[in-house]
Amino acid sequence: MALTMYALIQTAILCTNAVAVLHEERFLSRIGWGVDQRVGGFGDDPNVKAQILTLIRSVRTVMRVPLILVNSVSIVLLLLFG
Amino acid sequence: MDYTAPQSGFRQHPKMRMRNTSMEGAEPSQLFDDTSVPPGAQAAGFPGQGVGATVYPAQTLLSEPMSNLAMAYGTSLAHQSKDLVEKNLDRFLPISKLKYYFAVDTVYVGKKLGLLVFPYMHQNWEVIYQQDTPVAPRFDINAPDLYIPVMGFITYILVAGLAFGTQDRFSPEILGMQASSALVWLIMEVLVVLLSLYVVTVNTDLTTIDLVAFSGYKYVGMIVGVVAGLLFGPTGYYLGLLWCSLSIFIFMIRTLRLKLLSEAAAQGTLFRGARNQLRMYLTMSIAAAQPLFMYCMTYHLVR
Repeated sequence: MALTMYALIQTAILCTNAVAVLHEERFLSRIGWGVDQRVGGFGDDPNVKAQILTLIRSVRTVMRVPLILVNSVSIVLLLLFG
Repeated sequence: MDYTAPQSGFRQHPKMRMRNTSMEGAEPSQLFDDTSVPPGAQAAGFPGQGVGATVYPAQTLLSEPMSNLAMAYGTSLAHQSKDLVEKNLDRFLPISKLKYYFAVDTVYVGKKLGLLVFPYMHQNWEVIYQQDTPVAPRFDINAPDLYIPVMGFITYILVAGLAFGTQDRFSPEILGMQASSALVWLIMEVLVVLLSLYVVTVNTDLTTIDLVAFSGYKYVGMIVGVVAGLLFGPTGYYLGLLWCSLSIFIFMIRTLRLKLLSEAAAQGTLFRGARNQLRMYLTMSIAAAQPLFMYCMTYHLVR
């Protein structure tokens, strides 16, 4: 398969965008993955679901602003260079 | 100006390049430490060689005072910028940590390659520690290194070019495509493993570079498979790939078991717990992904 670095960057941007756009109220709470529905287990938390939820939450918090910049840059580049 | 008198450091440089630069043992800002035998033993042989070297023809240009000043200024500027680059580079790329992974010697490389192809006789897979830091790969065959993965990657690209040539499909672009393809697969594999390690909350001292090293060990098996395929046809390819897949599977399981699983499970007893089961599955899937990648990256080379 002919993968390029460009494809990797595209995939990364698209996946991060998808995680950032995910609406908590409409989707995650419906399937019981909302932020307010987590069990507050202290100490060792090997719960896979809790880890994934924490990951989603932290990606959303951290990547909101950089994603705005990265998306604007990629829009401009795609308009200019196709 | 007397040229035979002790010359300025810069004018010395054109002649010095003809000798081995290990003579400059007092060079203060070496980027790469000489981690092999201390250089004092090597420098003994070299002083006699450079005496008969012919005078560098451009030395007349460098004799004028203005260019002398300019050269001195240029040298100091170069040193300053080199220091600046080194300082800033250390923030992004942990170069001092990388040096550990390249502290290898021939014996280690030979033994490690043998271990990658035939791991069934090796008994002790523990990494030797020395006051909380792992010992350099030169002294411990179980320690991960980056030399074999890097060399394996480059050799894989070259062997792929050879294989394309035998199929009359070679062009320089396809070589670049193969290189970036393999690099992307490596990056994705390391990212997926990092993600799964995070999700399963494994308390391990595996660093990202360790994971890159472990993922890079499969290039050895791929090269063996492709070379067997080039020499003996598709049968040789499948046999070689099968053998190397099994070896890398066992190698990865035995190495990762000690790093990922808890002590009880690592000693062979089946410790039934939800966490350990998950970790066992994780180890198994990482190890099983290696033969899969090996096949995917090489089947189009041997037809």
